[in-house]
Amino acid sequence: MEIKREPLTDFRVRQLKARDMLRGMDDEELERYAEERVLTTTVDKAVAWAQGNSIYPLTFGLACCAIEMMAIVAARADIARFGWEALRASPRQADLIILSGRVSIKMAPVIRRLWDQMLEPKWAISMGACCSSQGVFNNYAIVPSDKFMPIEVHVPGCPPRPEALMHGILRLRDKIQGNEPEGWRERYAAKGTEELLPNEASLGSADISVFKPGDTAGA
Amino acid sequence: MPDATELELTAQELRDAHSDSILDTEFHRGRAVLVVNPLRIKAVIEHLHDKGYTMLASLHGVDYYPHEPRLGVLYEMLDRTRVDRISVKARVSTEDPRIDSVVELFPGADFPEREVYDMFGVVFEGHPDLRRILMPEDYEGHPQRRDFPVGGEPVLFTYNEEQNYGKYV
Amino acid sequence: MTTTGASTGEGPALTPEDYRQREESITLSSSPVVGESHELLTLNIGPHHPATHGVLRLLTTLEGEVVRDIKPIIGYVHTGIEKTAEDKAYWKVIPVVERMDYLSYYFNAMAFCGAVEALLDVEVPPRAQYLRVIHMELNRIASHLLWLATSALDLGAISMFWYGWREREACLDLFEMSSGQRMHTRYFQVGGVFEDIPPGWEKKVRAYIKEMPTRADQYADLLEKNQIVLERLRGTCALDKETLLKLGVTGPLLRAAGEPWDLRKAHPYSSYDHFSFKIPVGTVGDNYDRYRVRHAEFYESCKIIEQALDGLPEGPHITTDRKVALPPRHELATSMEALIHHFKLVTEGFRVPPGEAYYPIEGPRGELGCFVRSDGSAKPARVHMRDPSFVNLQALAPMVKDGYIADLIATLAMLDPILGGIDR
Repeated sequence: MEIKREPLTDFRVRQLKARDMLRGMDDEELERYAEERVLTTTVDKAVAWAQGNSIYPLTFGLACCAIEMMAIVAARADIARFGWEALRASPRQADLIILSGRVSIKMAPVIRRLWDQMLEPKWAISMGACCSSQGVFNNYAIVPSDKFMPIEVHVPGCPPRPEALMHGILRLRDKIQGNEPEGWRERYAAKGTEELLPNEASLGSADISVFKPGDTAGA
Repeated sequence: MPDATELELTAQELRDAHSDSILDTEFHRGRAVLVVNPLRIKAVIEHLHDKGYTMLASLHGVDYYPHEPRLGVLYEMLDRTRVDRISVKARVSTEDPRIDSVVELFPGADFPEREVYDMFGVVFEGHPDLRRILMPEDYEGHPQRRDFPVGGEPVLFTYNEEQNYGKYV
Repeated sequence: MTTTGASTGEGPALTPEDYRQREESITLSSSPVVGESHELLTLNIGPHHPATHGVLRLLTTLEGEVVRDIKPIIGYVHTGIEKTAEDKAYWKVIPVVERMDYLSYYFNAMAFCGAVEALLDVEVPPRAQYLRVIHMELNRIASHLLWLATSALDLGAISMFWYGWREREACLDLFEMSSGQRMHTRYFQVGGVFEDIPPGWEKKVRAYIKEMPTRADQYADLLEKNQIVLERLRGTCALDKETLLKLGVTGPLLRAAGEPWDLRKAHPYSSYDHFSFKIPVGTVGDNYDRYRVRHAEFYESCKIIEQALDGLPEGPHITTDRKVALPPRHELATSMEALIHHFKLVTEGFRVPPGEAYYPIEGPRGELGCFVRSDGSAKPARVHMRDPSFVNLQALAPMVKDGYIADLIATLAMLDPILGGIDR
């Protein structure tokens, strides 16, 4: 019997890695596995509703945005209205990390370690322009947070008003509870204009791997 | 701020005490600067301290690229009793960026000297713990020098996102 | 070995002095190497910790609960502000530099604008100077409010957080009314302020400062009769003023130790000499004095703002030198020169003749100085902010040596470090 060996192209390497990630399941098992992950059952919906209403954010302030994050813990824009007032100091007990402020290259591995220490399910909000995309400071010292951890919601602003952060938080809550609005595509009847993700093979070799939401590299 | 004549008197005193210490004096917009030979910096600072400038308000570095010697260290001294400020400037080159540390006289120069070392590469001899303070310990390069690139990421637009996806400048 | 027994009066218990005496009987060798007779524990109070003063990392060497040595490690929010500022025109440096010490944004802008105005030799009109003073003193109140809120949070008096934020939100509303932004307002420009204050702002400020002293009294009532706050702050971690002066410490820390040094009085800038106000000075230099000095500054700032509003002169709000400040928009329709000036200022920016300037002001934490070196072009060649927290942090080690770790937390709170300024 001839064993046909395909040449090990870059794509083939990725395919094998992907298959390893699928934990050796094949078609039917894989379908069931995928089904379990999609939010279809009522129990899942109820659990998601409960999760969305009782998040424990991590007390994590970096820079100026931390002041506005403290403002939403304060009485005027009050996250206790949504049940999110129990800020936890330990990453093991927190669900949500709000990256409030600029992430410097010295701090990025620390934040990554904090993220890894958080237990599933966990979410991340990148608050402000600096951690979303370097903001005002496009220089050697700042890292955009997308480079080292998956982010669910980016909140723009410098610093975002407490109301803007609230909007981001409520958006995250919708995402957790499974009824995320489609945003401008719904408002302007623009369904069908969704972008295609760049083709994996056409991506230049990235020096730093970029994570997609849902990835968990465990610690 | 001392006026121009007082600055010249101070410079003359220093020249009398240590002959090769003062290289130049500058007086611009009410600010008096003594340009000092870096080998004599400790003697000059001590002399000014005894004269009354007992507080070191700031210690910072400047890169005078392309004028040589490139790296300047500035000491802003403050006399609280007469509310007087004087600046001392010492310039070293990048080939031999060594200067004496004033930590014994002013313990508050500890962190600022580490910062000048980190950002410019000036080595302060006699400093108890000269290591990087703001950048990670294993960082290479001295960021605030003028020939160090600002760095940053290319902004991703639709026309360049495929080439620049994941790129790090 | 409870020390609370002494304060609740439940019979004879070890007082803190006994406990400390027992510890002092353990003689340490001069080098902090762990030997058999004494155990030193190195604890990393890591960059992420709930005492919300930013990302400061403290390597603490402990013997039991007593701090023997402390090494602050900083740089976790280093933003390269000074390098970025070299890349931008002078006008554009103002927002960059404002984000350095993120609680005293007006002060950062004032130091930078003052340095550039010194280099340009441009005159700031008196109305602009008074407006700057009002905004800076309001910012001082807001900064001290946040310090009080978070420090009380660290000490355990959690409800102070909401009270402090109540006033701070009102103050940020005032900033929003005058400039459009709550924080980092880019209101101070080289030559004056960006815009004149809107009608109705003065009334709101007067209402705010009328209420502020009573609120400050409320905070005093809340905290100063509380036994826990007093025990934690009184007599802890004092440092004499000679050591502080040698370390270069300025601001409320120095004033708490008994040295009446305040740049607003010593070397007045921006019309501070037109106002009469006192400088609160402490006696012992312990944490309680530091708290009291900052608390008393609430009242003094309110006085300054009231006097400034009473004496607010009429006139332009920015210098009339069109080579430095933008012309008003209605002139653009009629005057050709105004159009050219506007164009040059917006595209290239004004050029500053070569020189160096160092402009120190009194920020909420101490002497905030800005060093600007210009080389004749439209971009600065070097901007350095002498941040007070950076120099004050060196005083932490002598302060907390041989104190408890709880005193370390209280001292760190009273030190008021702002990591944005420390790391820049």
